Amino acid sequence: MTEFLQQLLNGLSLGAIYALIALGYTMVYGVLRFINFAHSDVFMLGAFAGYYLAPIVARVFPSGSVAGAVVVLLSAMAICAVIGVTIEYLAYRPLRRRPRLTVLITAIGVSLLIEFTSQHRLVFGPSPRTFPQLLDARTLDIGGVAIGTTQIVVFVLTAVLLAGLTFVVQSTKVGTAMRAVSFNEQAAALMGVNINRIISFTFALGSALAGAGGVLFAMSYTKIEPLMGVQTGLKAFVAAVLGGIGNLPGAALGGIVLGVVETFAGGVQGLSNYRDGIAFAVLILILLFRPAGLLGRAQVEKV
Amino acid sequence: MNRRHFLHAWTASAGFLAALLLSGCGPGGGGTNSATLRIGEFASLTGKEATFGQSSHNGTELAVMELNAAGGVLGKSLELITQDNQSKAGESQTVVNKLIARDGVVAILGEVASSRSLEAAPVCQNAKIPMISPSSTNPDVTKTGDYIFRVCFIDPFQGTVMANFAKDTLKAKRVAIFTDVKSDYSKGLAKFFKERHAINGGTIASEFDFNGGDTDFKGQLTAIKASNPEALFLPGYYTDVALICIQAKQLGLNVPIFGGDGWESDKLMEIGRDAVEGTHFSTHYHPDVGSPRSRQFVDAYKKAYGSSPDAMAALGYDSAMILADAMKRAGSAEPAKVRDALAATRDYDAVTGKITIDPNRDASKSAVILRVEGGKLKYLETIAP
Repeated sequence: MTEFLQQLLNGLSLGAIYALIALGYTMVYGVLRFINFAHSDVFMLGAFAGYYLAPIVARVFPSGSVAGAVVVLLSAMAICAVIGVTIEYLAYRPLRRRPRLTVLITAIGVSLLIEFTSQHRLVFGPSPRTFPQLLDARTLDIGGVAIGTTQIVVFVLTAVLLAGLTFVVQSTKVGTAMRAVSFNEQAAALMGVNINRIISFTFALGSALAGAGGVLFAMSYTKIEPLMGVQTGLKAFVAAVLGGIGNLPGAALGGIVLGVVETFAGGVQGLSNYRDGIAFAVLILILLFRPAGLLGRAQVEKV
Repeated sequence: MNRRHFLHAWTASAGFLAALLLSGCGPGGGGTNSATLRIGEFASLTGKEATFGQSSHNGTELAVMELNAAGGVLGKSLELITQDNQSKAGESQTVVNKLIARDGVVAILGEVASSRSLEAAPVCQNAKIPMISPSSTNPDVTKTGDYIFRVCFIDPFQGTVMANFAKDTLKAKRVAIFTDVKSDYSKGLAKFFKERHAINGGTIASEFDFNGGDTDFKGQLTAIKASNPEALFLPGYYTDVALICIQAKQLGLNVPIFGGDGWESDKLMEIGRDAVEGTHFSTHYHPDVGSPRSRQFVDAYKKAYGSSPDAMAALGYDSAMILADAMKRAGSAEPAKVRDALAATRDYDAVTGKITIDPNRDASKSAVILRVEGGKLKYLETIAP
């Protein structure tokens, strides 16, 4: 029983990070109907932003303080938002009226460009680095189940960000505009919605979440490197599809399901080698029976 | 991964084609006729196992500098041409092809990781260019063919050493094994450890696998903890090992963790911090112990690079020195003659101990066991073959 609870906890904390990244994939898909493959690299850039910001912030706020960690997190999110908007402006906007496949291939190109530029020794270099400790990490023992303070931070922050996102999308003017663009771009434009601004905003929001995911991932696992987004980004993309791409709660649920399944598969002797494979097999199974994903409904409200 | 695999495969094959096209212009200006002798080296100078490549390269470079300062080999100075494979699968083959076809090197030195040596070995064997691996311990490396040599011990010995260590020093009977399935080194070492451990009367609490380069190991570690082992054997490379030790500690898996020479790097302590304290591993060499030859090397290395050499540096140095020795004895740099001379190496006084190349083209040498203490590697004992 303890083992089960421990695994559940491990899976949830991994899944929470997948969920944060999956939200970015799903939001862009909702509005533009294409997969932004460069999203996983924005996640990586978020972790590196945190890596370079931490020593600077530590000069103002004592290292290990909550204020310092919050400043690092928010700055990394802001940097990623700017990067996301820039990518959209430079790479995707000129192709807005082209076939969707063109944009998709461009997205792969942008992703590879970021990955290989970052690996150059004048940028980050390809060697792994140790992420600085933003908060004092301790491990609590609750009835034999070990829970790290970092894990608690990850849970709380993910919940806060999810609630914030839901609020923005459902209850604000710009969120209504996002949903309108998602529903019918031309009609939204005729109603006076500034399409370009809404798309930029969508990218800013999604990229900020990826940045937060990057910092949280780096806090939990301490190792960062330019290719860290490849595997994690792929999982998050799968999570978005699993939950029903274009559906926000679906992306969050998909992330959690994937994280939990993967962790439990890792804990089975003889299967641990296939933990990724099993996670993807679950995806195939779910899509066989629910082609639109867990929460996806064909052509109903999508953002 | 599919998308990336496809792209990687594509770029790798494009690089290979380019190398072939270049080689069409005839083996470059190097070879045996020019004023210098070109030696090729491939190493993981960057990436996941960067410190392996850098240490090994420093050692090799120091050897070449010393040889050239003493008048070179066969009246010619040595030119070391180094290629980086970025610790990536698929790259070694490309860069070694390039070294042989474009640069016309007479011999190849490299690599530390067995998987990458195994990748390059068939290329060298087909081109009939001698290759000396400084520190790949998987037995299959030299089985590729009669042009492939190494200057370190092999994993059947290392596995035995660590199984005996578990029995005698750790007094651990129930051991869990956690293997990197992406690494030939890790799989081989785990297998040989298990064989010896069974002979020693030990049992296996559980066996789990991970993929090198992963970041989350908690699924496996939680299950390992539930299997109640007395110790955890972890044959892997330092980056993964450090992360695993951190997560093991977070999960309250407080048993001795021990492994092999893949652990040796300052990065182990840098990433792992207090989580790797008190762990043990076996390796080839420690600067605190050794012959006058070794002390001489340590001084020269400190002067050149400002730090103490590790086992990878010492073996890199030995690989270049033993090549030069074979060339001198052959009286030629012709690959076939150098090969024969290498195979005939007997009792060569190397930094890491006496080297005799056995019929399998491996070196039979002793191992040392180190302990992480206060963020440093402390020498514990030497175990003779």
